[in-house]
Amino acid sequence: MEVRSQISMVFHLDKCIGCHTCSIACKNIWTDRKGAEYMWWNNVETKPGTGYPTRWEDQSIYKGGWEKNNGSIVLRGAGKRRGLTNIFYNPNLPVIDDYYEPFTYKYLDLIESPEGDDQPTARPISLITGEPIDIKMGPNWDDDLSGTPDYARNDPNMEGLSQAEQEVMFQLERMAFFYLPRICNHCLNPACVASCPSGAIYKRGEDGVVLINQEVCRAWRMCVTACPYKKSYYNWFTGKSEKCILCFPRLEAGLAPACMHSCVGRIRYLGVMLYDASKIQSAASANTESLIQQQLDMILDPFDKNVIRAAKMNGIADSTIHAAQFSPVYKYVKKWKIALPLHAEFRTLPMLFYVPPLLPVMATVKQVDNTQQSEKMNPMAKYWDDNWLYDTSTKDLWGTLDQVRFPLKYLANMLSAGNEEFIKDKWKKLMAVRIYRRQVTVGDVSSEKVDQVLQDCGLTREDAEGIFYLTALARFEDRFVIPPAHREQAIELMDFTGDAKGEVGFGIKNPIRRGN
Amino acid sequence: MNAFDNFTLIALPYIALAVFLVGSIYRYTYRGFQVSSLSSQFLEGRRLFYGSVPFHWGVLFLFCGHLIAFCFPNSVLAWNSQPVRLMILEVTAFIFGISMLIGLINLFIRRYTTPRLKFVTNQMDFVLYVVLITQTFLGLWIAYNFRWGSSWFSSLLTPYLYSIFKFQPEISGIVPLPWTVKLHIIFAFLIIGLIPFSRMIHFLVPPIDYIWRPFQQVMWNWNRKKVRSPGAEWSVHRPKNN
Repeated sequence: MEVRSQISMVFHLDKCIGCHTCSIACKNIWTDRKGAEYMWWNNVETKPGTGYPTRWEDQSIYKGGWEKNNGSIVLRGAGKRRGLTNIFYNPNLPVIDDYYEPFTYKYLDLIESPEGDDQPTARPISLITGEPIDIKMGPNWDDDLSGTPDYARNDPNMEGLSQAEQEVMFQLERMAFFYLPRICNHCLNPACVASCPSGAIYKRGEDGVVLINQEVCRAWRMCVTACPYKKSYYNWFTGKSEKCILCFPRLEAGLAPACMHSCVGRIRYLGVMLYDASKIQSAASANTESLIQQQLDMILDPFDKNVIRAAKMNGIADSTIHAAQFSPVYKYVKKWKIALPLHAEFRTLPMLFYVPPLLPVMATVKQVDNTQQSEKMNPMAKYWDDNWLYDTSTKDLWGTLDQVRFPLKYLANMLSAGNEEFIKDKWKKLMAVRIYRRQVTVGDVSSEKVDQVLQDCGLTREDAEGIFYLTALARFEDRFVIPPAHREQAIELMDFTGDAKGEVGFGIKNPIRRGN
Repeated sequence: MNAFDNFTLIALPYIALAVFLVGSIYRYTYRGFQVSSLSSQFLEGRRLFYGSVPFHWGVLFLFCGHLIAFCFPNSVLAWNSQPVRLMILEVTAFIFGISMLIGLINLFIRRYTTPRLKFVTNQMDFVLYVVLITQTFLGLWIAYNFRWGSSWFSSLLTPYLYSIFKFQPEISGIVPLPWTVKLHIIFAFLIIGLIPFSRMIHFLVPPIDYIWRPFQQVMWNWNRKKVRSPGAEWSVHRPKNN
């Protein structure tokens, strides 16, 4: 057993309101620089939708991640042979148009235009060339547009859904969508690290953050291809690749990453998990059906005496083990088992987990007669003249589970490598917590029914209360359990980040001279 | 032997080599952030193929060819002792030379006709194109007009280059050579001298260790086997990336 610690995350998709505050917080701190304008280390996608860069999940286009080959795994579009022979021209590199051409507006024209017959306008200009452009794409261009043919219908997760199922999903009155916020997954088997010819990318042993050493990166561009989540970005100006750093300067100071700190819906949780690094290879090369189970099996119980002993032998600090015991991520992923990794079939063992959305997926929309209700309303009140009812009630125990507005297959393609039972299991648990809470707060559900529901999905009342607390009431220190970084023991960590002002991430100290 | 020959064939090589050595080490050590191939594929990913691939494979083969003739002149002469083998070597090298020239011209046209690339192009890039295209053209010209260069390189130029590296420069053998050959030598040293000041620096950092490196890299800021041991004395552990 080789115990290591990993700072890991859970995003609760039911709580995401798609406000993009996380993206803006990240952009303002890290990527508001020349060459990085198009990068969104954190982005939020509407699902079903094509995402950013367009159709990133379709590895037949982007050739990211690992694939199985005779019992072992190889990088799909990079690797030693492919990476070195394609080093002069990478045939699988996405170009800027696959993301979008960064732009701004000529705001000064609004003020400085000479007097004339027409109102002055702020024309969009490219942030690369400075020339006026027609904006064709943006980082969240598909925001809330799940019903439109351009986006939802091109979602790679639709694979395996029958034509009828797809059509049903897109009927306007049944249409449902949810948001998928994404950052770097800080994988245990990162494809970007494995693909980097110059060895610039590494995983930090202490906390598992995956970083690109800007001094060693030589612009061989293989990480951009290899990362199946397209979370490694090439800075076209400095000639270096960059990626999400999990705000490690903030983490080392005990602060939550900017995207998580700013999250309006409080959907994000961060904590330490201990895992067995000796199982990485076998877990990453498991059969598709057992991928997720094997990944979950790698995660160790921080209360187990043997695990604690092995962790101490491996130099993990007491404070880190303590943080692992209070980790909200451990609770979601291992204790309650309601969070799943995104696209486990890419075989990078991502350490960012998602609680699958229950709403709006589980609700049904019924046609009802609302006239009686409308008559009761004060005429001054807003009069809502429609007769649809957005119904989330549960008459039968698992009634709506079979009438979901999203085919299970769709979410299974995204979060459980195609295994529908996994999603069903998580949904049942989330439903059970709702039924339990309804009994507590409203009281119109019988105690026996609640017990039966909880028993069905293997939860206790204590678990249900815990899930409810962490989902709905959790305070800052419950959501973010950040272990002390122990800067006193490490030179790299001892560098005061303020001293690095003017260096990469805070700007560039040794400027690259390119262009005019 | 006049002052011009002395300058271009003795002084220039030493200046170029000194600048190359000091400049490259300085840039690698103190300006690591500026050591990059500065790829522009991200801004223009289609036409690059027709420039970058023929250029790089051409220059790689020709560089190795010149290096082999420099390191093992007798083996090259022995190989060339049969006309068929000489022909094979010369024709192959010439084809790679043409591939390099075509690649360079494609790269040149691409860089100056794609609007976006204007913003990642500096003056040094232009100098590089001019120098490299001239050098490649000169090489092809020499290969065509003064036949069997692989043989006379080994018997004339290799002793000259050896004399340079032995700090006993001896140019009497190459002074009578045609001016095109001398120009080729001058441009070669010019290119060496330009390496630390241009994107050619990436030629010094080829990712060869990737072949035997394990795929995954984990770096520790402390020695994790010792950090918890009360007996171990405190020491500064500097990770290899820092």
